[in-house]
This record gives sequence, structure tokens and C-alpha cells, in this order.
Amino acid sequence: MSKAKLPDPPLLVGLSVAITLLFLGLMVVVPLASVFAQAFSKGIGVWWESVSNTDTLAAVRMTLLATLGSVPLNTVFGISAAWLVTKYRFPGRQFLLALIDLPFSVSPVIAGLIFVLLFGAQGWFGPWLQEHDLKIVFSWPGMILATAFVTFPFVARELIPVMDELGNQSEEASVMLGAGGWTTFVKVTLPAIRWGLLYGVILCNARAMGEFGAVSVVSGHIRGETNTLPLHAEILYNEYDFAGAFATASLLTLLAGATVALKLWLERKVRR
Amino acid sequence: MSRSIPGFRLTLGITISWLSILVLIPLGGLFLKAGTIPPARILEVLTDARTLAAFRVSFGCAAVAALVNALVGPVVAWTLVRYRLPAHRLIDALIDIPFALPTAVAGITLTTLYAETGWIGKLLLPLGIKVSYSSLGIVIALIFVGLPFVVRTVQPVLEDFPVEAEEAAALLGASRWQTLFKVIFPALRPAILTGALLSFARCVGEYGSVVFIAGNMPYKTEILPLLIITNLEQYQYGEAAAIASAMLLVSFLLLILGNRLQSRLATKVSR
Repeated sequence: MSKAKLPDPPLLVGLSVAITLLFLGLMVVVPLASVFAQAFSKGIGVWWESVSNTDTLAAVRMTLLATLGSVPLNTVFGISAAWLVTKYRFPGRQFLLALIDLPFSVSPVIAGLIFVLLFGAQGWFGPWLQEHDLKIVFSWPGMILATAFVTFPFVARELIPVMDELGNQSEEASVMLGAGGWTTFVKVTLPAIRWGLLYGVILCNARAMGEFGAVSVVSGHIRGETNTLPLHAEILYNEYDFAGAFATASLLTLLAGATVALKLWLERKVRR
Repeated sequence: MSRSIPGFRLTLGITISWLSILVLIPLGGLFLKAGTIPPARILEVLTDARTLAAFRVSFGCAAVAALVNALVGPVVAWTLVRYRLPAHRLIDALIDIPFALPTAVAGITLTTLYAETGWIGKLLLPLGIKVSYSSLGIVIALIFVGLPFVVRTVQPVLEDFPVEAEEAAALLGASRWQTLFKVIFPALRPAILTGALLSFARCVGEYGSVVFIAGNMPYKTEILPLLIITNLEQYQYGEAAAIASAMLLVSFLLLILGNRLQSRLATKVSR
């Protein structure tokens, strides 16, 4: 790794290493340690009770539902969008790329707000939904929509650079040899992009499970019904049940740890 | 130009449909909703002292956090690329934690840490520094959230930096410090700016990590997303939409300006 053959002055080395370790220690390591210290502050028994009670389990179910409802849709979208912008050149392509990135710079709270404005009681489709006895906001479909909005660009963003770098020769050869579009995708493209795709899905998944602002606006905070794990942690925290809040937070921290570990594993695979 | 690969219509269809259903139509609805209240009322809401204060807090704190990350991020990237640390891969992986950690977890954790009884807050209390429930707290939360962006955009540029350029500088008599500031740093500037812009874009709208530590005092530590929620809870849908629309327009404008500056820097470097 240290390809610099020229020796750096000790002051430079010392200063950069010290700043790095201090910054990461203070900003990342200490907070991570504190999550678990707080979670187990009243012993492992209280922790276990907190993560296994019915409210927490309901929050786990809601989190999984919001994730399973949004990640697959965004995966299909991400693959088609990446295919579209890397295999073809067409007018408006740059604009489309900007639109794909758009949700990234929209506040999660606004992401929730737009669905309340569309489907809430006062919203554009509110009266029609009420007539047909359908509920989107303050119910699970709204949670899925808000989560999907926030995680919209993740898979596409990971795939586009990967597919750009691979080029189109393999696909062109495959088509020339008589393979159809679908066969070409499954047999030629997919094997080449699988690790990039998996990484995009993992990132999308982590963000979906941890989303807070957007789902907070559309959830209505109905305990046991529309609470996800992050919302559950918020409620417990606001009720001064710190051990409970951090027990839930510790589950989400483990999720973050698993995400990062999977990323390391994937990077090692790609390098080989 | 390779239209010979099939799938143009299918992927165009899927992409445009999902983009429209999930992003374009709902965002359009937001601007339409803002238009349902009279223009005078929009102006009144947007120029209200509380709204303006929230604009300052959200954009100001995001800018400060982006600046801090633009200063520290390159140092972290430099260390990770140039030196071998013990447990190097683990330390490198720490950079991704703020990306992967749910924002609410970051929020309650930082608040607890920096509260007067917390691990760090306890140490800062005798110095008279108050972090939790102040704008300093907001900035710290946003530094955490924006941390990966600068590091991860600068790292690959530094890895690809030609050793020859450094050797040439040394042969011409430059010291390592001169090489660092006159040869390496200028080449990193576009990447640093890109990372800082990404961090800024993410931080302006940030909610989960900020709302716990901010204390949420109107005029002082109230962020825009919270003001939007407050309006929503009072059933002032038009007002909420107006603030949200203004917020989106301002941040898009700033990002477009930033990207212009970035591409100008990038062409200067490549020349």
C-alpha cells in the first residue's frame, strides 16, 4: 500500500496519524461503544427483555415489511436504470442521471411529506381513498412508499460505474451470436455485475431498515402497528426508557456492523 | 451508440415509470400544494422570522460541518492511503459506519454522549462548553453524518496519484511539505469539493441525527425539517409545502453552483 518511496518527515506522519485516530476515535468508536454500554447498563436480562417484548417484535416485523416492500422494487429499477444509461446514448441522458440522484438531496422529512400531501386525508387522492376505504398514510403502504423514495438511487448508483467500466463488448458479442436480450442479461451481464449489485442491495437494505425521518412523518406512530425499529427507539428514548431505547439501538448498530462487514468481504472478493 | 443491444424500450419504460410514480409526481404534488395557498401567505410564511432562523440553522450548520469534513477528511484519506496502521482494514471500515448506522441511533447516542452527564459532556462541562441542545451539537451530529463523503471521494484520487509527480518535485528540490501543499493538494481539490458538496447536500435535510441533540428551540436550534413537521402537525399543509419547496429550491440552486465550481476546478487540474 505505501507506494510512496519518498520518506515523509516524522512530523507529517505523526500529525496525520494522530488527527485520523483522534477524529475517528471520538466521532465513531466512542459513540459505538456508548451504544452498547447504555444498552447493557441494566444488565443482560433487561436488554433481553427489551429486545424480545411484543412492541419490539412488532417493530421488527414492520421494519422487515417496509424493507421487503421497497428494496426489491428499487433493485429492479436500479438494474434497468443502469442498463439504460450505460448501454445507450440518447438525448436527455444526463438529465435522467440527475433525476435518479434527486432523492439523495431531498430531506427525508420532505420525502414523508410528499406522500402525506398525496394520500393523506387532506391530500390530492385523500377523498377517493377514503371512499374506497383504503389507507396509505399512517399505514404500511405509506411506510413502503416513504422507504422506497429514500432508498431510490442506491442500487442504480452502485451499478452505473461498474457497468460503465465493463463496457458493452460482451453484450454486443452475445447478441451477435444470437442470444436474446434476457439471455444476454442473465448469462453475460449479471455474472459480471453480481458483486456490485449485491453491494448496492446491501446499502439499500441498510438505509431502508434504518430510515427515520421519512417513515416518522407517514407512520402516525401507532405502536404495535406502524412503528419501525428506529421509531420504536425514539419513543422509548422520549419516555426516558434509556436502557430500552439503547437496546433497540444496539440491534440497529449490529445491522450497521453487519453491513460494513459484508462490504469488506465483497471488496476482498472483487479484488481476487 | 449501440442500439444493437436489445432492451432499450423495456428499461426506459421501467425507469421512467418508477421514477415518475415515486419521485416526479409526488414532488410535483408538493409544489402544486404550495401553490394552493395565496402568494401573499407564502411570502409571509417564508419571510417569518422563525422560518428564516430555521433556514440559517439548517444551511449554516450543514455548511460548517461540510467545511470541517473538507479539512479533516483529506487528512484521514491521506493517512489511510499512505501509512500502514495496526488494524488498518478495521480502521478503514470505520469510515463507512456513519453511512450504515441508522440516523436515529446516531442521534440518541451523540445526545447521550454530549449531555452534561455523558462521557464527553462531563469533560467539556468544566470548560464551559455546551454541546447537547445547542447549535454546536447540530454541527457535531452533521460532521458525523457527512464524515464518509469527503474521505471516500478523496481516497481513490490519492491512490491513483502518480509517484512520478512527487519524485519530480523532489528532484527539483522541493521539500516533502512543499510537494504536499504545491503538488498533491491542488490535485485533490476537485475531489475534496465534490465530497464536501455531497456532505452538504446530505446534511441540509438531515433529521434523525439532529433532532435529538438540537434541543429544537425556535429561532435558535430549530432545523427546517422540524419546522415542516410542526406545520404538518398543525394541519397547515400549504405552509409545510411552501417551506419544503423553498428549501428544495435553495439547496438545488446551491448544488448547481457548487457543481459548476467543481467542474471548473477539475478542468483546471487536468490541464
